[in-house]
Amino acid sequence: MSKTMKSLVLGIETSCDETAAAVVEDGYLLKSNVISSQMEIHRRFGGVVPEVASRRHVERVTSIIEQALDEAKVTKEDLSAVAVTQGPGLVGALLIGVSAAKAFSFATGVPLIGVHHIAGHIYASHLVEPLRFPLVSLVASGGHTELIYMPEHNRFERLGRTRDDAAGEAFDKVARVMDLPYPGGPHIDQLAKEGSPHLNLPRSWLEPNSLDFSFSGLKSAVINLLHNSEQRGVKIEKADLAASFQASVVEVLVEKAVRATRMKGVSELVLAGGVSANSALREALAARCQEEGITLRVPPLNLCTDNAAMIAAAGSYRFRDGQFAGLDMNAIANLPLA
Amino acid sequence: MKWLAVDTSTLVLGVAILDEGRLLGEVTTHLHKNHSVRLMPTVARLMEDLDLTPQELEAIAVAGGPGSYTGVRIGYTSAKTMAWSLGIPLYSVSSLAVLAMNGFHFPGEIIPLFDARRDRVYTGLYGMDKGGVSLQLPERVINIDYWLEELKGRGPILFLGEDAIRFKERILHVLGDDAHFGLPVENIPRASALGMLAYTRFQEGAAPEPEDGAPNYLQLAEAEAKWLQKQGNGGEENGASTH
Ligand SMILES: [Zn+2]
Repeated sequence: MSKTMKSLVLGIETSCDETAAAVVEDGYLLKSNVISSQMEIHRRFGGVVPEVASRRHVERVTSIIEQALDEAKVTKEDLSAVAVTQGPGLVGALLIGVSAAKAFSFATGVPLIGVHHIAGHIYASHLVEPLRFPLVSLVASGGHTELIYMPEHNRFERLGRTRDDAAGEAFDKVARVMDLPYPGGPHIDQLAKEGSPHLNLPRSWLEPNSLDFSFSGLKSAVINLLHNSEQRGVKIEKADLAASFQASVVEVLVEKAVRATRMKGVSELVLAGGVSANSALREALAARCQEEGITLRVPPLNLCTDNAAMIAAAGSYRFRDGQFAGLDMNAIANLPLA
Repeated sequence: MKWLAVDTSTLVLGVAILDEGRLLGEVTTHLHKNHSVRLMPTVARLMEDLDLTPQELEAIAVAGGPGSYTGVRIGYTSAKTMAWSLGIPLYSVSSLAVLAMNGFHFPGEIIPLFDARRDRVYTGLYGMDKGGVSLQLPERVINIDYWLEELKGRGPILFLGEDAIRFKERILHVLGDDAHFGLPVENIPRASALGMLAYTRFQEGAAPEPEDGAPNYLQLAEAEAKWLQKQGNGGEENGASTH
Protein backbone atom coordinates (compact mmCIF):
# COMPACT_ATOMS: atom_id res chain seq x y z
CA MET A 1 0.00 0.00 0.00
CA SER A 2 1.61 3.19 -1.16
CA LYS A 3 -0.99 5.56 0.23
CA THR A 4 -2.16 5.25 3.78
CA MET A 5 -5.89 5.24 4.12
CA LYS A 6 -8.16 6.43 6.86
CA SER A 7 -11.67 5.28 6.30
CA LEU A 8 -14.73 3.88 8.00
CA VAL A 9 -17.03 2.17 5.54
CA LEU A 10 -20.51 0.73 6.04
CA GLY A 11 -21.11 -2.23 3.73
CA ILE A 12 -24.52 -3.54 2.65
CA GLU A 13 -25.05 -6.83 0.83
CA THR A 14 -28.38 -8.26 -0.41
CA SER A 15 -27.45 -9.97 -3.68
CA CYS A 16 -28.96 -13.34 -2.84
CA ASP A 17 -30.44 -14.73 0.37
CA GLU A 18 -28.39 -13.04 3.10
CA THR A 19 -29.33 -9.60 4.38
CA ALA A 20 -26.02 -8.28 5.63
CA ALA A 21 -24.39 -5.10 6.89
CA ALA A 22 -20.91 -4.49 8.30
CA VAL A 23 -18.49 -1.77 9.25
CA VAL A 24 -14.82 -1.94 8.22
CA GLU A 25 -12.10 0.51 9.19
CA ASP A 26 -9.17 1.38 6.89
CA GLY A 27 -10.12 -1.38 4.46
CA TYR A 28 -9.24 -4.34 6.66
CA LEU A 29 -10.27 -3.87 10.28
CA LEU A 30 -13.56 -5.62 11.00
CA LYS A 31 -15.66 -3.54 13.39
CA SER A 32 -18.92 -5.46 12.92
CA ASN A 33 -20.32 -8.08 10.59
CA VAL A 34 -24.06 -8.77 10.83
CA ILE A 35 -25.70 -11.41 8.66
CA SER A 36 -29.35 -12.39 8.63
CA SER A 37 -29.56 -15.63 6.69
CA GLN A 38 -32.73 -16.75 4.94
CA MET A 39 -31.54 -20.33 4.61
CA GLU A 40 -34.37 -21.66 6.77
CA ILE A 41 -36.99 -19.80 4.75
CA HIS A 42 -35.78 -21.14 1.40
CA ARG A 43 -35.03 -24.69 2.50
CA ARG A 44 -38.65 -25.79 2.02
CA PHE A 45 -38.54 -24.62 -1.61
CA GLY A 46 -35.31 -26.55 -2.30
CA GLY A 47 -33.54 -23.38 -3.42
CA VAL A 48 -33.58 -19.61 -3.20
CA VAL A 49 -36.88 -18.13 -4.44
CA PRO A 50 -36.10 -14.58 -5.65
CA GLU A 51 -39.48 -13.05 -4.72
CA VAL A 52 -39.36 -14.55 -1.24
CA ALA A 53 -35.77 -13.36 -0.80
CA SER A 54 -36.62 -9.80 -1.86
CA ARG A 55 -39.57 -9.63 0.54
CA ARG A 56 -37.41 -10.73 3.43
CA HIS A 57 -34.65 -8.24 2.58
CA VAL A 58 -37.12 -5.34 2.80
CA GLU A 59 -38.22 -6.36 6.27
CA ARG A 60 -34.73 -6.80 7.65
CA VAL A 61 -32.52 -4.27 5.91
CA THR A 62 -32.70 -1.27 8.25
CA SER A 63 -32.53 -3.36 11.44
CA ILE A 64 -29.44 -5.09 10.12
CA ILE A 65 -27.76 -1.79 9.25
CA GLU A 66 -28.63 -0.43 12.68
CA GLN A 67 -27.19 -3.51 14.36
CA ALA A 68 -23.99 -3.22 12.32
CA LEU A 69 -23.52 0.41 13.41
CA ASP A 70 -24.37 -0.41 17.04
CA GLU A 71 -21.97 -3.34 17.23
CA ALA A 72 -19.22 -1.27 15.64
CA LYS A 73 -20.00 1.50 18.16
CA VAL A 74 -20.00 4.12 15.42
CA THR A 75 -22.57 6.70 14.44
CA LYS A 76 -23.77 7.55 10.95
CA GLU A 77 -21.76 10.78 11.13
CA ASP A 78 -18.50 8.85 11.66
CA LEU A 79 -18.77 7.05 8.32
CA SER A 80 -16.61 7.90 5.30
CA ALA A 81 -18.82 6.04 2.84
CA VAL A 82 -21.62 3.52 2.40
CA ALA A 83 -20.71 0.69 0.02
CA VAL A 84 -23.32 -1.62 -1.43
CA THR A 85 -23.31 -4.65 -3.70
CA GLN A 86 -24.44 -3.32 -7.06
CA GLY A 87 -24.26 -6.69 -8.85
CA PRO A 88 -24.11 -9.38 -9.98
CA GLY A 89 -26.95 -11.20 -8.25
CA LEU A 90 -30.73 -11.50 -8.17
CA VAL A 91 -31.87 -8.12 -9.42
CA GLY A 92 -34.90 -7.86 -7.10
CA ALA A 93 -32.72 -8.71 -4.12
CA LEU A 94 -29.91 -6.36 -5.16
CA LEU A 95 -32.44 -3.54 -5.51
CA ILE A 96 -33.21 -3.62 -1.80
CA GLY A 97 -29.61 -3.04 -0.77
CA VAL A 98 -29.09 -0.45 -3.49
CA SER A 99 -32.31 1.43 -2.58
CA ALA A 100 -31.40 1.36 1.10
CA ALA A 101 -27.82 2.53 0.46
CA LYS A 102 -28.93 5.40 -1.74
CA ALA A 103 -31.58 6.51 0.75
CA PHE A 104 -29.01 6.30 3.56
CA SER A 105 -26.50 8.29 1.54
CA PHE A 106 -29.03 10.99 0.69
CA ALA A 107 -30.35 11.30 4.25
CA THR A 108 -26.94 11.40 5.93
CA GLY A 109 -24.75 12.96 3.24
CA VAL A 110 -22.38 9.98 3.46
CA PRO A 111 -20.89 9.26 -0.01
CA LEU A 112 -22.21 6.26 -1.94
CA ILE A 113 -20.10 3.48 -3.49
CA GLY A 114 -21.20 0.55 -5.68
CA VAL A 115 -19.23 -2.67 -5.26
CA HIS A 116 -18.95 -5.71 -7.50
CA HIS A 117 -19.91 -8.83 -5.56
CA ILE A 118 -16.95 -10.88 -6.84
CA ALA A 119 -14.53 -8.11 -5.88
CA GLY A 120 -16.09 -8.35 -2.43
CA HIS A 121 -15.47 -12.10 -2.23
CA ILE A 122 -11.76 -11.61 -2.98
CA TYR A 123 -11.48 -8.88 -0.32
CA ALA A 124 -12.81 -11.29 2.33
CA SER A 125 -9.19 -12.50 2.55
CA HIS A 126 -7.94 -8.96 3.18
CA LEU A 127 -9.89 -8.91 6.45
CA VAL A 128 -7.59 -11.66 7.75
CA GLU A 129 -4.23 -10.65 6.35
CA PRO A 130 -3.20 -8.14 3.67
CA LEU A 131 -3.70 -9.18 0.07
CA ARG A 132 -0.32 -9.48 -1.70
CA PHE A 133 -0.12 -8.51 -5.31
CA PRO A 134 -0.13 -9.66 -8.00
CA LEU A 135 -2.58 -12.44 -7.17
CA VAL A 136 -5.04 -14.81 -8.72
CA SER A 137 -8.33 -15.59 -7.01
CA LEU A 138 -10.61 -18.55 -7.51
CA VAL A 139 -14.12 -17.47 -6.55
CA ALA A 140 -16.48 -20.43 -6.36
CA SER A 141 -19.96 -20.31 -4.89
CA GLY A 142 -23.57 -21.15 -5.65
CA GLY A 143 -23.75 -18.14 -7.94
CA HIS A 144 -20.34 -17.90 -9.55
CA THR A 145 -17.15 -19.71 -10.53
CA GLU A 146 -14.52 -17.27 -11.70
CA LEU A 147 -10.78 -16.81 -11.94
CA ILE A 148 -9.71 -13.22 -11.36
CA TYR A 149 -6.29 -11.60 -11.68
CA MET A 150 -5.46 -8.59 -9.51
CA PRO A 151 -2.23 -6.66 -10.27
CA GLU A 152 -2.91 -4.32 -7.33
CA HIS A 153 -5.69 -3.05 -5.06
CA ASN A 154 -8.99 -2.27 -6.77
CA ARG A 155 -7.88 -3.58 -10.17
CA PHE A 156 -9.43 -6.73 -11.56
CA GLU A 157 -9.09 -8.77 -14.72
CA ARG A 158 -11.30 -11.74 -15.37
CA LEU A 159 -9.37 -14.74 -16.64
CA GLY A 160 -12.16 -17.30 -16.68
CA ARG A 161 -15.73 -17.94 -15.69
CA THR A 162 -18.29 -20.71 -15.79
CA ARG A 163 -20.17 -21.01 -19.05
CA ASP A 164 -23.16 -22.65 -17.43
CA ASP A 165 -23.67 -23.80 -13.85
CA ALA A 166 -21.62 -22.37 -10.99
CA ALA A 167 -19.65 -24.96 -9.00
CA GLY A 168 -21.90 -24.58 -5.95
CA GLU A 169 -24.95 -24.81 -8.16
CA ALA A 170 -23.66 -28.11 -9.57
CA PHE A 171 -23.28 -29.40 -6.01
CA ASP A 172 -26.84 -28.36 -5.16
CA LYS A 173 -28.32 -29.85 -8.34
CA VAL A 174 -26.50 -33.15 -7.99
CA ALA A 175 -27.49 -33.31 -4.33
CA ARG A 176 -31.11 -32.92 -5.35
CA VAL A 177 -30.81 -35.76 -7.87
CA MET A 178 -29.35 -37.88 -5.06
CA ASP A 179 -32.22 -36.92 -2.72
CA LEU A 180 -29.90 -35.11 -0.32
CA PRO A 181 -31.28 -32.13 1.63
CA TYR A 182 -30.80 -28.49 0.57
CA PRO A 183 -28.25 -26.95 0.46
CA GLY A 184 -26.47 -29.93 -1.07
CA GLY A 185 -22.81 -28.91 -0.91
CA PRO A 186 -22.10 -29.81 2.73
CA HIS A 187 -24.01 -33.10 2.42
CA ILE A 188 -22.04 -34.22 -0.63
CA ASP A 189 -18.80 -33.24 1.12
CA GLN A 190 -19.81 -35.32 4.16
CA LEU A 191 -21.00 -38.31 2.16
CA ALA A 192 -17.93 -38.27 -0.10
CA LYS A 193 -15.71 -38.95 2.93
CA GLU A 194 -17.24 -42.43 3.21
CA GLY A 195 -17.00 -43.27 -0.48
CA SER A 196 -14.38 -43.98 -3.11
CA PRO A 197 -14.13 -41.82 -6.23
CA HIS A 198 -13.88 -44.78 -8.63
CA LEU A 199 -16.96 -44.03 -10.79
CA ASN A 200 -16.10 -42.77 -14.24
CA LEU A 201 -17.28 -39.16 -14.57
CA PRO A 202 -16.06 -36.59 -17.10
CA ARG A 203 -13.74 -33.62 -16.48
CA SER A 204 -14.69 -30.66 -18.57
CA TRP A 205 -11.45 -28.97 -19.67
CA LEU A 206 -12.92 -27.06 -22.64
CA GLU A 207 -10.39 -25.70 -25.20
CA PRO A 208 -6.67 -26.13 -24.44
CA ASN A 209 -5.51 -23.27 -22.18
CA SER A 210 -9.08 -22.13 -21.51
CA LEU A 211 -9.64 -20.90 -17.98
CA ASP A 212 -13.41 -21.15 -18.32
CA PHE A 213 -15.48 -23.76 -16.55
CA SER A 214 -18.47 -25.87 -17.43
CA PHE A 215 -20.29 -28.09 -14.96
CA SER A 216 -23.58 -28.88 -16.66
CA GLY A 217 -22.12 -31.85 -18.58
CA LEU A 218 -20.91 -33.36 -15.33
CA LYS A 219 -24.34 -32.91 -13.79
CA SER A 220 -25.93 -34.70 -16.80
CA ALA A 221 -23.37 -37.50 -16.52
CA VAL A 222 -24.37 -38.05 -12.89
CA ILE A 223 -28.04 -38.17 -13.83
CA ASN A 224 -27.34 -40.63 -16.68
CA LEU A 225 -25.21 -42.84 -14.46
CA LEU A 226 -27.99 -43.04 -11.88
CA HIS A 227 -30.62 -43.65 -14.54
CA ASN A 228 -28.68 -46.38 -16.38
CA SER A 229 -27.73 -48.25 -13.27
CA GLU A 230 -31.34 -48.15 -12.13
CA GLN A 231 -32.44 -49.66 -15.45
CA ARG A 232 -29.82 -52.38 -15.23
CA GLY A 233 -30.79 -53.05 -11.64
CA VAL A 234 -27.29 -52.20 -10.39
CA LYS A 235 -27.10 -50.30 -7.15
CA ILE A 236 -24.68 -47.37 -7.00
CA GLU A 237 -23.32 -46.48 -3.59
CA LYS A 238 -24.37 -42.90 -2.91
CA ALA A 239 -21.14 -42.25 -1.08
CA ASP A 240 -19.13 -43.39 -4.12
CA LEU A 241 -21.19 -41.19 -6.39
CA ALA A 242 -20.70 -38.18 -4.10
CA ALA A 243 -16.94 -38.86 -3.94
CA SER A 244 -16.64 -39.31 -7.70
CA PHE A 245 -18.65 -36.19 -8.53
CA GLN A 246 -16.74 -34.10 -6.02
CA ALA A 247 -13.41 -35.40 -7.30
CA SER A 248 -14.32 -34.27 -10.81
CA VAL A 249 -15.28 -30.75 -9.71
CA VAL A 250 -12.26 -30.39 -7.46
CA GLU A 251 -9.79 -31.65 -10.05
CA VAL A 252 -10.94 -29.08 -12.63
CA LEU A 253 -11.05 -26.21 -10.12
CA VAL A 254 -7.56 -26.95 -8.79
CA GLU A 255 -5.99 -27.50 -12.19
CA LYS A 256 -7.42 -24.32 -13.72
CA ALA A 257 -6.59 -22.20 -10.68
CA VAL A 258 -2.97 -23.36 -10.79
CA ARG A 259 -2.88 -22.89 -14.56
CA ALA A 260 -4.09 -19.29 -14.06
CA THR A 261 -1.30 -18.52 -11.58
CA ARG A 262 1.28 -19.91 -14.05
CA MET A 263 -0.11 -17.96 -16.98
CA LYS A 264 0.07 -14.75 -14.96
CA GLY A 265 3.35 -15.66 -13.28
CA VAL A 266 2.01 -15.06 -9.77
CA SER A 267 2.61 -16.99 -6.57
CA GLU A 268 -0.42 -15.82 -4.58
CA LEU A 269 -3.72 -17.69 -4.85
CA VAL A 270 -6.78 -16.53 -2.94
CA LEU A 271 -9.71 -18.90 -2.54
CA ALA A 272 -13.08 -17.23 -2.09
CA GLY A 273 -16.79 -17.97 -2.14
CA GLY A 274 -18.97 -20.50 -0.33
CA VAL A 275 -17.52 -23.54 -2.13
CA SER A 276 -14.24 -22.92 -0.29
CA ALA A 277 -16.02 -24.60 2.61
CA ASN A 278 -15.59 -27.89 0.72
CA SER A 279 -12.96 -29.94 2.55
CA ALA A 280 -11.80 -31.87 -0.52
CA LEU A 281 -11.20 -28.63 -2.42
CA ARG A 282 -9.26 -27.12 0.47
CA GLU A 283 -7.07 -30.21 0.84
CA ALA A 284 -6.40 -30.70 -2.86
CA LEU A 285 -5.66 -27.03 -3.43
CA ALA A 286 -3.38 -26.82 -0.38
CA ALA A 287 -1.41 -29.87 -1.48
CA ARG A 288 -1.09 -28.69 -5.05
CA CYS A 289 -0.09 -25.16 -4.08
CA GLN A 290 2.63 -26.51 -1.85
CA GLU A 291 4.04 -28.55 -4.75
CA GLU A 292 3.93 -25.52 -7.02
CA GLY A 293 5.37 -23.05 -4.51
CA ILE A 294 2.18 -21.00 -4.44
CA THR A 295 0.95 -19.31 -1.29
CA LEU A 296 -2.70 -20.22 -0.79
CA ARG A 297 -5.00 -18.01 1.24
CA VAL A 298 -8.35 -19.28 2.42
CA PRO A 299 -10.44 -16.98 4.59
CA PRO A 300 -12.48 -18.48 7.45
CA LEU A 301 -15.84 -19.87 6.46
CA ASN A 302 -17.96 -17.00 7.84
CA LEU A 303 -16.14 -14.64 5.49
CA CYS A 304 -16.29 -17.04 2.49
CA THR A 305 -20.06 -17.07 2.27
CA ASP A 306 -21.90 -13.86 1.37
CA ASN A 307 -21.35 -11.07 3.89
CA ALA A 308 -21.16 -7.29 3.94
CA ALA A 309 -17.70 -7.00 5.52
CA MET A 310 -16.16 -8.08 2.24
CA ILE A 311 -18.25 -5.44 0.43
CA ALA A 312 -17.11 -2.76 2.89
CA ALA A 313 -13.47 -3.86 2.46
CA ALA A 314 -13.63 -3.75 -1.35
CA GLY A 315 -15.57 -0.49 -1.11
CA SER A 316 -12.81 1.04 1.02
CA TYR A 317 -10.42 0.83 -1.92
CA ARG A 318 -12.94 2.40 -4.24
CA PHE A 319 -13.23 5.13 -1.60
CA ARG A 320 -9.44 5.49 -1.61
CA ASP A 321 -9.56 5.91 -5.39
CA GLY A 322 -12.49 8.34 -5.29
CA GLN A 323 -14.86 6.04 -7.18
CA PHE A 324 -18.22 7.25 -5.95
CA ALA A 325 -21.68 6.58 -7.33
CA GLY A 326 -24.59 8.95 -7.87
CA LEU A 327 -28.13 8.63 -6.54
CA ASP A 328 -29.07 7.26 -9.97
CA MET A 329 -27.04 4.11 -9.39
CA ASN A 330 -28.98 1.01 -10.37
CA ALA A 331 -28.72 -2.63 -9.38
CA ILE A 332 -27.30 -4.65 -12.28
CA ALA A 333 -27.92 -8.41 -12.36
CA ASN A 334 -24.93 -9.14 -14.64
CA LEU A 335 -22.61 -6.29 -13.69
CA PRO A 336 -19.20 -6.71 -15.36
CA LEU A 337 -16.08 -6.66 -13.19
CA ALA A 338 -13.65 -3.94 -14.25
CA MET B 1 -43.91 20.22 9.75
CA LYS B 2 -42.45 18.98 6.45
CA TRP B 3 -43.49 15.62 5.04
CA LEU B 4 -42.00 13.75 2.12
CA ALA B 5 -44.33 11.42 0.24
CA VAL B 6 -43.09 8.83 -2.30
CA ASP B 7 -45.00 6.43 -4.51
CA THR B 8 -43.39 4.01 -6.95
CA SER B 9 -45.95 1.24 -6.70
CA THR B 10 -47.15 1.50 -10.31
CA LEU B 11 -45.74 2.98 -13.52
CA VAL B 12 -46.24 6.38 -11.90
CA LEU B 13 -43.34 7.91 -10.03
CA GLY B 14 -44.68 10.38 -7.50
CA VAL B 15 -42.78 12.55 -5.03
CA ALA B 16 -44.35 15.34 -2.99
CA ILE B 17 -43.38 17.63 -0.12
CA LEU B 18 -46.12 18.87 2.15
CA ASP B 19 -46.20 21.20 5.11
CA GLU B 20 -49.04 20.40 7.53
CA GLY B 21 -51.24 19.22 4.71
CA ARG B 22 -50.29 22.14 2.45
CA LEU B 23 -48.59 21.05 -0.78
CA LEU B 24 -45.20 22.69 -1.33
CA GLY B 25 -44.14 20.80 -4.40
CA GLU B 26 -44.80 17.68 -6.37
CA VAL B 27 -43.28 15.69 -9.21
CA THR B 28 -45.36 13.15 -11.10
CA THR B 29 -44.13 11.24 -14.10
CA HIS B 30 -45.86 8.47 -15.91
CA LEU B 31 -43.29 6.68 -17.99
CA HIS B 32 -41.94 3.22 -18.56
CA LYS B 33 -38.76 4.27 -16.82
CA ASN B 34 -36.78 2.75 -14.04
CA HIS B 35 -37.99 3.82 -10.58
CA SER B 36 -34.75 2.55 -9.03
CA VAL B 37 -32.71 4.97 -11.14
CA ARG B 38 -35.05 7.95 -10.88
CA LEU B 39 -36.58 7.96 -7.40
CA MET B 40 -33.74 9.33 -5.27
CA PRO B 41 -32.53 11.92 -7.82
CA THR B 42 -36.15 13.12 -8.07
CA VAL B 43 -36.42 13.43 -4.29
CA ALA B 44 -33.08 15.24 -4.11
CA ARG B 45 -34.00 17.62 -6.94
CA LEU B 46 -37.41 18.51 -5.53
CA MET B 47 -35.98 19.20 -2.08
CA GLU B 48 -33.23 21.31 -3.59
CA ASP B 49 -35.82 23.30 -5.55
CA LEU B 50 -37.69 23.91 -2.30
CA ASP B 51 -34.48 24.82 -0.44
CA LEU B 52 -35.00 22.00 2.00
CA THR B 53 -32.44 19.70 3.57
CA PRO B 54 -33.25 16.11 4.56
CA GLN B 55 -32.84 17.13 8.21
CA GLU B 56 -35.86 19.43 7.91
CA LEU B 57 -38.16 16.50 7.20
CA GLU B 58 -40.33 15.38 10.09
CA ALA B 59 -42.01 12.32 8.62
CA ILE B 60 -42.13 10.26 5.47
CA ALA B 61 -45.17 8.76 3.77
CA VAL B 62 -44.97 5.87 1.35
CA ALA B 63 -47.47 4.12 -0.88
CA GLY B 64 -47.01 0.68 0.63
CA GLY B 65 -48.69 -1.47 -2.00
CA PRO B 66 -50.33 -3.25 -3.61
CA GLY B 67 -48.83 -2.78 -7.05
CA SER B 68 -45.77 -3.98 -8.92
CA TYR B 69 -43.81 -6.04 -6.38
CA THR B 70 -40.50 -4.51 -7.39
CA GLY B 71 -41.90 -0.99 -7.64
CA VAL B 72 -43.53 -1.23 -4.22
CA ARG B 73 -40.28 -2.46 -2.69
CA ILE B 74 -38.16 0.31 -4.20
CA GLY B 75 -40.46 2.95 -2.71
CA TYR B 76 -40.90 1.22 0.61
CA THR B 77 -37.19 0.43 1.10
CA SER B 78 -36.09 3.93 0.12
CA ALA B 79 -38.71 5.61 2.34
CA LYS B 80 -38.05 3.28 5.25
CA THR B 81 -34.29 3.76 5.09
CA MET B 82 -34.57 7.55 4.78
CA ALA B 83 -36.93 7.63 7.76
CA TRP B 84 -34.68 5.41 9.85
CA SER B 85 -31.54 7.34 8.85
CA LEU B 86 -33.17 10.63 9.85
CA GLY B 87 -34.79 9.22 12.98
CA ILE B 88 -38.28 10.21 11.85
CA PRO B 89 -41.47 8.12 11.54
CA LEU B 90 -42.61 6.34 8.38
CA TYR B 91 -46.30 6.10 7.51
CA SER B 92 -47.44 3.57 4.94
CA VAL B 93 -50.70 4.10 3.09
CA SER B 94 -52.42 1.73 0.68
CA SER B 95 -51.51 2.51 -2.93
CA LEU B 96 -55.16 1.89 -3.80
CA ALA B 97 -56.34 4.46 -1.25
CA VAL B 98 -53.99 7.01 -2.84
CA LEU B 99 -55.61 6.41 -6.22
CA ALA B 100 -59.11 6.50 -4.68
CA MET B 101 -58.37 10.05 -3.44
CA ASN B 102 -58.66 11.20 -7.06
CA GLY B 103 -62.40 10.49 -6.82
CA PHE B 104 -62.80 12.58 -3.68
CA HIS B 105 -65.72 14.63 -5.03
CA PHE B 106 -67.56 11.78 -6.66
CA PRO B 107 -71.06 11.42 -5.12
CA GLY B 108 -70.93 7.66 -4.95
CA GLU B 109 -68.47 4.89 -4.27
CA ILE B 110 -64.96 4.60 -5.67
CA ILE B 111 -63.12 1.60 -7.05
CA PRO B 112 -59.37 2.05 -7.52
CA LEU B 113 -57.98 -0.75 -9.61
CA PHE B 114 -54.56 -2.10 -10.67
CA ASP B 115 -54.07 -5.01 -13.04
CA ALA B 116 -52.79 -8.11 -11.21
CA ARG B 117 -52.51 -10.20 -14.42
CA ARG B 118 -54.43 -13.28 -15.54
CA ASP B 119 -57.73 -11.32 -15.39
CA ARG B 120 -57.24 -10.45 -11.74
CA VAL B 121 -57.11 -6.99 -10.20
CA TYR B 122 -55.87 -5.39 -6.99
CA THR B 123 -58.84 -3.45 -5.75
CA GLY B 124 -61.10 -2.39 -2.90
CA LEU B 125 -64.23 -0.31 -2.44
CA TYR B 126 -63.80 3.21 -1.07
CA GLY B 127 -66.21 5.89 0.06
CA MET B 128 -65.70 9.57 0.72
CA ASP B 129 -64.71 10.52 4.22
CA LYS B 130 -63.94 13.82 5.96
CA GLY B 131 -60.18 13.17 6.02
CA GLY B 132 -60.06 11.64 2.56
CA VAL B 133 -61.41 8.25 1.65
CA SER B 134 -62.28 5.22 3.76
CA LEU B 135 -62.45 1.56 2.91
CA GLN B 136 -65.96 0.09 2.56
CA LEU B 137 -65.05 -3.36 1.24
CA PRO B 138 -61.61 -4.88 2.01
CA GLU B 139 -58.77 -4.67 -0.47
CA ARG B 140 -58.16 -7.87 -2.33
CA VAL B 141 -56.78 -9.60 -5.41
CA ILE B 142 -59.77 -10.87 -7.32
CA ASN B 143 -60.89 -11.99 -10.76
CA ILE B 144 -62.46 -8.94 -12.43
CA ASP B 145 -65.70 -10.79 -13.29
CA TYR B 146 -66.26 -11.95 -9.70
CA TRP B 147 -65.55 -8.44 -8.50
CA LEU B 148 -68.08 -6.88 -10.87
CA GLU B 149 -70.72 -9.41 -9.78
CA GLU B 150 -70.14 -8.34 -6.20
CA LEU B 151 -70.58 -4.66 -7.09
CA LYS B 152 -73.97 -5.06 -8.81
CA GLY B 153 -76.79 -2.96 -7.39
CA ARG B 154 -74.64 -0.62 -5.26
CA GLY B 155 -75.50 2.49 -7.26
CA PRO B 156 -73.05 4.85 -8.99
CA ILE B 157 -69.42 3.74 -8.85
CA LEU B 158 -66.36 5.58 -10.11
CA PHE B 159 -63.64 3.31 -11.51
CA LEU B 160 -60.16 4.80 -11.27
CA GLY B 161 -56.81 3.81 -12.73
CA GLU B 162 -55.40 3.32 -16.20
CA ASP B 163 -56.02 -0.39 -15.83
CA ALA B 164 -59.73 0.32 -15.20
CA ILE B 165 -59.91 1.70 -18.74
CA ARG B 166 -58.57 -1.60 -20.04
CA PHE B 167 -61.52 -3.39 -18.42
CA LYS B 168 -64.02 -0.69 -19.44
CA GLU B 169 -66.13 -2.84 -21.78
CA ARG B 170 -66.53 -5.60 -19.23
CA ILE B 171 -67.36 -3.12 -16.48
CA LEU B 172 -70.00 -1.39 -18.61
CA HIS B 173 -71.39 -4.78 -19.63
CA VAL B 174 -72.12 -5.74 -16.01
CA LEU B 175 -72.84 -2.39 -14.33
CA GLY B 176 -74.22 -0.32 -17.20
CA ASP B 177 -75.11 3.26 -16.26
CA ASP B 178 -73.86 2.83 -12.69
CA ALA B 179 -70.28 2.66 -13.96
CA HIS B 180 -68.31 5.90 -14.22
CA PHE B 181 -64.72 6.47 -15.23
CA GLY B 182 -62.10 9.01 -14.30
CA LEU B 183 -60.48 11.67 -16.45
CA PRO B 184 -56.96 10.80 -17.60
CA VAL B 185 -55.51 12.99 -14.82
CA GLU B 186 -57.67 11.22 -12.24
CA ASN B 187 -56.32 7.82 -13.28
CA ILE B 188 -52.84 8.71 -12.14
CA PRO B 189 -52.16 8.44 -8.39
CA ARG B 190 -50.68 11.58 -6.84
CA ALA B 191 -48.05 11.67 -4.13
CA SER B 192 -49.71 14.83 -2.77
CA ALA B 193 -52.82 12.77 -2.04
CA LEU B 194 -50.63 10.16 -0.37
CA GLY B 195 -49.08 12.85 1.82
CA MET B 196 -52.50 14.19 2.78
CA LEU B 197 -53.86 10.76 3.65
CA ALA B 198 -50.81 9.94 5.73
CA TYR B 199 -50.97 13.27 7.51
CA THR B 200 -54.64 12.67 8.36
CA ARG B 201 -53.80 9.21 9.72
CA PHE B 202 -51.02 10.73 11.78
CA GLN B 203 -53.41 13.35 13.23
CA GLU B 204 -55.84 10.57 14.08
CA GLY B 205 -53.04 8.93 16.06
CA ALA B 206 -52.15 6.08 13.70
CA ALA B 207 -48.98 4.18 14.57
CA PRO B 208 -45.96 4.57 12.30
CA GLU B 209 -44.49 1.52 10.56
CA PRO B 210 -42.58 -0.85 12.85
CA GLU B 211 -38.85 -1.36 12.38
CA ASP B 212 -39.28 -4.66 10.52
CA GLY B 213 -42.27 -3.34 8.58
CA ALA B 214 -42.89 -4.41 5.02
CA PRO B 215 -45.15 -3.46 2.12
CA ASN B 216 -48.60 -4.96 1.77
CA TYR B 217 -48.45 -7.02 -1.43
CA LEU B 218 -52.03 -8.30 -0.91
CA GLN B 219 -50.87 -11.75 -1.96
CA LEU B 220 -48.23 -14.27 -1.10
CA ALA B 221 -45.25 -14.91 -3.32
CA GLU B 222 -46.27 -17.54 -5.86
CA ALA B 223 -43.82 -20.13 -4.57
CA GLU B 224 -45.13 -19.65 -1.05
CA ALA B 225 -48.78 -19.97 -2.11
CA LYS B 226 -47.98 -23.17 -3.98
CA TRP B 227 -46.05 -24.56 -1.07
CA LEU B 228 -48.93 -23.86 1.33
CA GLN B 229 -51.40 -25.43 -1.08
CA LYS B 230 -49.25 -28.55 -1.15
CA GLN B 231 -49.41 -28.62 2.66
CA GLY B 232 -53.23 -28.59 2.31
CA ASN B 233 -53.48 -25.10 3.71
CA GLY B 234 -55.41 -23.41 0.90
CA GLY B 235 -52.69 -20.88 0.11
CA GLU B 236 -54.75 -17.79 1.03
CA GLU B 237 -54.68 -16.46 -2.51
CA ASN B 238 -57.15 -13.72 -1.65
CA GLY B 239 -55.54 -12.62 1.59
CA ALA B 240 -57.25 -9.42 2.69
CA SER B 241 -55.57 -6.18 3.54
CA THR B 242 -54.24 -5.66 6.99
CA HIS B 243 -54.02 -1.90 6.51
ZN1 LIG C 1 -21.42 -14.60 -3.35
